[in-house]
Amino acid sequence: MSHPLILFCYLVAAVLFIVGLKRLSSPKSAASGNLVAAVGMLLAIAATLLDREIVSFTGLIVAMAIGSAIGAATAYTVKMTAMPQMVAVFNGFGGGASALVASAELLRRLGAGEPPEVAVAIPIVLGVLIGSITFTGSLVAFAKLQDLMTGQPIVFPLQQVLNALLALALVAAAALLVLDPADLNPFWVVVGISLALGILLVVPIGGADMPVVISLLNSYSGLAACATGFALENHGLIIAGSLVGASGLILTMIMCRAMNRSLANVMFGAFGQAGGAGGAAAVAATGTVKSGTAEEAAMILEAARSVVVVPGYGLAVAQAQHAVRRLCDQLSDRGIDVKYAIHPVAGRMPGHMNVLLAEADVPYEQLVEMDEINPQLPNTDVALVIGANDVTNPDARENSNSPIYGMPIIEVDHCKTVIVCKRSMNPGFAGIDNPLFTLDNTMMYFGDAKTSVEDLSRELREL
Amino acid sequence: MTEAFVLTITVFVLAIYVGWEVITKVPPILHTPLMSGSNAISGITIIGALLLAGKLEGKDDLWGQVAWALGMIAVVFAMINVVGGFLVTDRMLRMFRSRGERKG
Repeated sequence: MSHPLILFCYLVAAVLFIVGLKRLSSPKSAASGNLVAAVGMLLAIAATLLDREIVSFTGLIVAMAIGSAIGAATAYTVKMTAMPQMVAVFNGFGGGASALVASAELLRRLGAGEPPEVAVAIPIVLGVLIGSITFTGSLVAFAKLQDLMTGQPIVFPLQQVLNALLALALVAAAALLVLDPADLNPFWVVVGISLALGILLVVPIGGADMPVVISLLNSYSGLAACATGFALENHGLIIAGSLVGASGLILTMIMCRAMNRSLANVMFGAFGQAGGAGGAAAVAATGTVKSGTAEEAAMILEAARSVVVVPGYGLAVAQAQHAVRRLCDQLSDRGIDVKYAIHPVAGRMPGHMNVLLAEADVPYEQLVEMDEINPQLPNTDVALVIGANDVTNPDARENSNSPIYGMPIIEVDHCKTVIVCKRSMNPGFAGIDNPLFTLDNTMMYFGDAKTSVEDLSRELREL
Repeated sequence: MTEAFVLTITVFVLAIYVGWEVITKVPPILHTPLMSGSNAISGITIIGALLLAGKLEGKDDLWGQVAWALGMIAVVFAMINVVGGFLVTDRMLRMFRSRGERKG
């Protein structure tokens, strides 16, 4: 057991983590909250290094320096659009570290001739298992988001049977290991299957479902730290791990609700697969599409008193954030009220679109979430939809045959006029028709998001 | 079932509850920083890595040495998680400006 003073430091660190997270409840106090949590971590690390059981520091300091350098270099160079894959990879390292610590504790006890009793063996096994799944699962999520492998779901025959069998074998090996920790064979089986399952569970999940996967992996990395805390009987680890576990779980639930799907459906449904194959057939839109030029769009905007911009991931892909912000500044200067309506799943991770717009220097007061903006839309003159599709599809509300029926949407069809800025009539990721495009009050404005918005800005200046 | 174990479970349950309460109050606009920040906090496993790697250095039994090596790798992994997580969260949060604070 560590010195009581060190344990006391862990308590203070835990309180600092909680205070730090609490300060994240407002954009004003958020930056200081992150600082408070970082101080908590510094305190926990410093206190640990004072532990007299630690015999040598040289190796530790070198290892810490290497890790810090890699972490800092990544944090300062990553692009904001690449944030989801970076969080995924950091998550993977966190989970991997927990799995390694749990494994090392088991081996240390065996080496010292004191195999763990059941109350310690269970968390050790859980730490290895959850940590390993988090590690490989996160790396696959990273590869998908970074386009190192296809973002489409990868499915093969008997996939779920294979996964179920592996899961059963995993439980059996884990049970054997708990009953007789001195025999290392089940340990290797647990490690191997967990690493394999991490890969197998994430490959069938499509790119559009990544917000859910990343949230879930976030939760796992917390739970892995927690299990390690039980194994080492360290309350600091348990408290911090639980906070993260809860955070990931809440975000997972919010993302599922925003897509109107159950977690099981996201994990095992291989969504988008049918759309990928049959998407081309579904393009044929019924009704007439009205398309307009930049000049017409600029005239509509100029006559408006209130404009709501609905950004989708297409906007970020086209790097149009800054162009959109400049257009909105022009509108504001003309006394037009401008807001951004942010759907919870806009972007590739929870809250991603807000970060992308904040980077383009959009003040956070203008970023309005879906539930708050929807009641205001019937009184809004123009909705400008840029690079978003499914999150504005009225079928989600009205057509019970639609695959996205029941998904909460931003109800731009209630606005007086809708301008949809889109590359072409191709359906969105899910391959679903959008009747919004053929409504009487909708004008399609075709083109690349960035060029279109810049053209719009120019026309507006000339009016 | 030892007394210490019950105490540990108590801490766990209370911590989950506190986490739930605090995090449901975070608005959607800050969900990405929340995720990368809490991610950094999950790097707390660094404590376990340091304790293990620190006390096992120079062990002469084989498993002790393997455990030490795993602990050292864990230190590197966890430090990437901690330092990278806090720095990138800071970078993001500094981008969130109100109307009054806008540059230029």
